[in-house]
Amino acid sequence: MNELTAGKRVRAIVIGGSAGAIDALNVIVPLLPEGFSVPLVLALHLPAASPSHVPRLLMNKSALKVKEPDDKEPMVPGHFYVAPPNYHLLLEKGGCFSLSVDNQVHYSRPSIDVLFESAADAFGDHVVGLLLSGANEDGARGLLRIKEAGGLTIVQAPETALVPVMPGAGLRVAGPTHVLSAVDIGALLASCEPVRVAK
Amino acid sequence: MNAPANNGFELSSLLDAIFKKYHYDFRQYAEASLKRRVAAALTHFGCATVSELQNQVLHQPHLFGALLEILTVQVSDLFRDPSYYKSIREKVVPYLQTYPSLKVWVAGCATGEEAYSLAILFAEEGLLSRTLIYATDINPSSLRVAEDGIYDLRRFARFSQSYLQAGGRASLSDYYTANNSSVVLDRGLRKAILFSDHSLATDTAFAEVELVSCRNVLIYFDTELQDRALGVMRDSLRRKGFLGLGQRESLRFSKHADAFLELVPEERLYQRL
Ligand SMILES: C[S@@+](CC[C@H](N)C(=O)[O-])C[C@H]1O[C@@H](n2cnc3c(N)ncnc32)[C@H](O)[C@@H]1O
Repeated sequence: MNELTAGKRVRAIVIGGSAGAIDALNVIVPLLPEGFSVPLVLALHLPAASPSHVPRLLMNKSALKVKEPDDKEPMVPGHFYVAPPNYHLLLEKGGCFSLSVDNQVHYSRPSIDVLFESAADAFGDHVVGLLLSGANEDGARGLLRIKEAGGLTIVQAPETALVPVMPGAGLRVAGPTHVLSAVDIGALLASCEPVRVAK
Repeated sequence: MNAPANNGFELSSLLDAIFKKYHYDFRQYAEASLKRRVAAALTHFGCATVSELQNQVLHQPHLFGALLEILTVQVSDLFRDPSYYKSIREKVVPYLQTYPSLKVWVAGCATGEEAYSLAILFAEEGLLSRTLIYATDINPSSLRVAEDGIYDLRRFARFSQSYLQAGGRASLSDYYTANNSSVVLDRGLRKAILFSDHSLATDTAFAEVELVSCRNVLIYFDTELQDRALGVMRDSLRRKGFLGLGQRESLRFSKHADAFLELVPEERLYQRL
């Protein structure tokens, strides 16, 4: 499968999930090589009022710096960004993040569709979209947008996901380029190369 | 949104037209979320393209109010992020207590919740009787709601909790009368607040104040417009005055960072040098 991504230049790997997604990430993230320099950006459904534990959950697994970005923070290599609770996280063309408190999408803020659609809009085919285990259909439309923009789209194989609803919807709606187990997703992401952004 | 190929210039043409005709300036709003709201407007008005939407709002001015509702985001709560208000109580109020009279500016106040939260806090700290709170926004219907101070009763269970988490000294119900389905905030609070129209994108500083609270408004601006808005706030603040931003907003990426000291970094509370 790596032929498909050989030389694939990627600005950002955007990831969505809800229940069961952390389990998948605990498999995927350790498979990324040391010095992996494509930024990863995660929108995960969380109860609105709870303080986010995601950064801590992921921290031990990776040499990447796990971070909830502030508004207009520039996205830089070597980071695993996580949408802060109760905000939508969006990517801007210039390569920085924006936040918004617009209405929930699919009962969620952050919403995966919002992140994915903004990534497709900002970076076109230099995006990898990854939809993991989860219990609602958020992310499927966004994944389709990434695919239409020429990006690489990956869905966790529903039968390997703790909760198959989200990847199942992704599969149906977006017809993603890859349907893989967590281990294979890790290997595929590891082969992505960063886009060198001209200053 | 349809016709993605034309999106870029259709959007900027729409924003230019809105600015010229209605003097609302969205041209430097953060693009990613603005695009989503324009897409929502297309659905609302049943337009296939942004040009069609432009055509409609230019020729049917009565539609502009509805468009403004969609383009601006009116989400607000009493004591949203309780720790912010707690920090104001603990770290800012002690300074404010030394002033004989106080002015506060809540910029981008939406339906008024942030201004009322501060009014309640100031009342409990014995400051309200010598404080004038200016609360401004660009959305006229929100300003009307804010002025009335009437809110849905169902929101108040949550608000009461936030009030207590924010260090409230009594019970939130001391500050309102409830009937069947709604809540009217006390006249005393309403009298302390002056609601008015002001745009951080096009207007300039209007008063010298001791505290500016501007939460979750800058996130809708691009960095250049943020700098403009923050410049207006800086110019409105007296020396040693305070600035509070939203939980995820920061001066770090602004050219005005050097004009401020970080007072409570986690709560985005700054003090003007
Ligand atoms: C998400 S609300 C924030 C409400 C309140 N500050 C809070 O945090 O609860 C954003 C508000 O900013 C207002 N706004 C948008 N553009 C503005 C501008 N150029 N000048 C002033 N207010 C603006 C909107 O109308 C809206 O009421």
